[in-house]
Amino acid sequence: MKKNIVKVARHATLIVFAALLAAPMYLAFVVASHPARDTLSGVPVLPGGRLGANLGYVVAHPFPGSPSLATMMLNSLILALAVAVFKLILSVPAAYAVTFFRFPGRMIMFWLIFITLMLPVEVRFFPTYQVTANLGLLNTQGGLILPLIASATAVFLFRQYFQSFPQELADAARLDGIGPIRFLTTIVLPLARPTLAAIFVLEFIYGWNQYLWPLLVTSSPQHSTVVMGIRQIISAAQSFAIPQWDLVMSVALLALLPPVLVVLAMQRWFVRGLMAGID
Amino acid sequence: MPPVFKHRLLPAALILPEVVVVVIFFIWPSGKALLEAFRQSNAFGLGARFSGLANFGSALHGGYLQAVEVTATFTAITTLVSMGISLFLAVQVESTGRLRPVYRTLFIWTYAVPGAIGAALWLFLFEPKVGPGARALEALGVHWNFALSGTQAFALVCALTIWQQSAYNFVFFSAGLQSIPDAVVEAATMDGAGPVTRFWKVVFPLLGPTVLFVTVSDVLAALFGSFAVIDVISQGGPGGSTTTLVYMLYRDGFQNGDVGLAGAESMLLFVLAGALLVVQFKVFNRRVHYR
Repeated sequence: MKKNIVKVARHATLIVFAALLAAPMYLAFVVASHPARDTLSGVPVLPGGRLGANLGYVVAHPFPGSPSLATMMLNSLILALAVAVFKLILSVPAAYAVTFFRFPGRMIMFWLIFITLMLPVEVRFFPTYQVTANLGLLNTQGGLILPLIASATAVFLFRQYFQSFPQELADAARLDGIGPIRFLTTIVLPLARPTLAAIFVLEFIYGWNQYLWPLLVTSSPQHSTVVMGIRQIISAAQSFAIPQWDLVMSVALLALLPPVLVVLAMQRWFVRGLMAGID
Repeated sequence: MPPVFKHRLLPAALILPEVVVVVIFFIWPSGKALLEAFRQSNAFGLGARFSGLANFGSALHGGYLQAVEVTATFTAITTLVSMGISLFLAVQVESTGRLRPVYRTLFIWTYAVPGAIGAALWLFLFEPKVGPGARALEALGVHWNFALSGTQAFALVCALTIWQQSAYNFVFFSAGLQSIPDAVVEAATMDGAGPVTRFWKVVFPLLGPTVLFVTVSDVLAALFGSFAVIDVISQGGPGGSTTTLVYMLYRDGFQNGDVGLAGAESMLLFVLAGALLVVQFKVFNRRVHYR
């Protein structure tokens, strides 16, 4: 009897907390599905029928001072994919080199990369901005993406993974006369797939969610991502006689959907990557 | 595992792109910031001369000390509260049966919400005129207007940060709890320890390394990761009540264009981050040692 009460109380508590966490999202969903004037005197409890219409409206009609939402979502997608893909392209060969080769300067290069574990982009954004500007990379994809991937978290992680690689496989490969590139592409990479997936998920979210850095390096609206553009959209929506919160919430839902869906769909890899300490 | 291949040029070529990116966008800016922190440009911004510690002197003005206080309070509150909530939730979820995976999903998704978008949701939730949260507070007799009240703006930024950070903490506490052998807890039960005693005397000490790790991660996230939330909710205001060190650096460097001052503030942040890195490595090593 007592055991059952504890059990019910535990589930009730957990459900309350889960509901509290989800409340802001549910609210956004309700507001986005009603016309703005319906929420003036109090937000309805249940969703209305205008969600599709509102989503369609924000995609088709740009807010004053912002590009179309399709452009912003596309910019976000490009940023997220580029950060994830280039992170892998840079870090996998680098980690492979420091683990599987002995060459002059190996340790210097390793420590050079290792230092970067120290400072997140939020700490070094000011000098990094100056360098990016000096190189003429403001308002370019290179200036947007490269400073975000200039850290060694992924190299560090891949190195740890490669070090646990079975010695027998490497020996067998060497005896068979397989060259280093073929060894990487036909044996190492296929076995590293879970680690690759974990890093991809984390980096995709990291790239999609960037706010400060895109705000600094992109001054032309055409380059705006949906995450950095939300403040401009909020102030534009508030300049109407009736604040267009229904449209703001529609944009917010579209902007948070991709990273949340990625986490839900790839939860196992997400947890794995998070535990490994990537960004 | 010992190195396998004996090539010399190939590994250099493989590592070169990573090194080039790190040197150009990490080492060079950091070195530049170090130099500029000790130089002052003249009134027309045409030349710069060595100025010793003058920039650090002007960095440590009244506003900076307020920002130190705001940052410290913000870090302490968000770290302690989000850790408390997520540890509680993780312990409860571990004791559930078949529904455990469902609860896990329900408690980790907020991590994926972009900070600025989470802020937009909360901005409406507590919008003084129409926000349901604001109305609820008004009904409780609170005069809610975070655009005017520094305390309220600060509380809102804290609550929002806790909302996001608890998801991250939950992942680590769940993993930490799972790594505790059932036999240890069962032994304590046989010895007659109640659930509360079991938690504080057996489970919590075994979680020690995880708690330390999560503490350092939360401190880092609070110190450096709060820009988007603050920029959308309050832009550092009212009256500097939500101006953290990172937000102040943004304002001095980009809105006021004071390169020397921003360089000195960057250096102070570097020192802070470096000190935390040392702590982080100690914590990280202990964690590895325990597992």
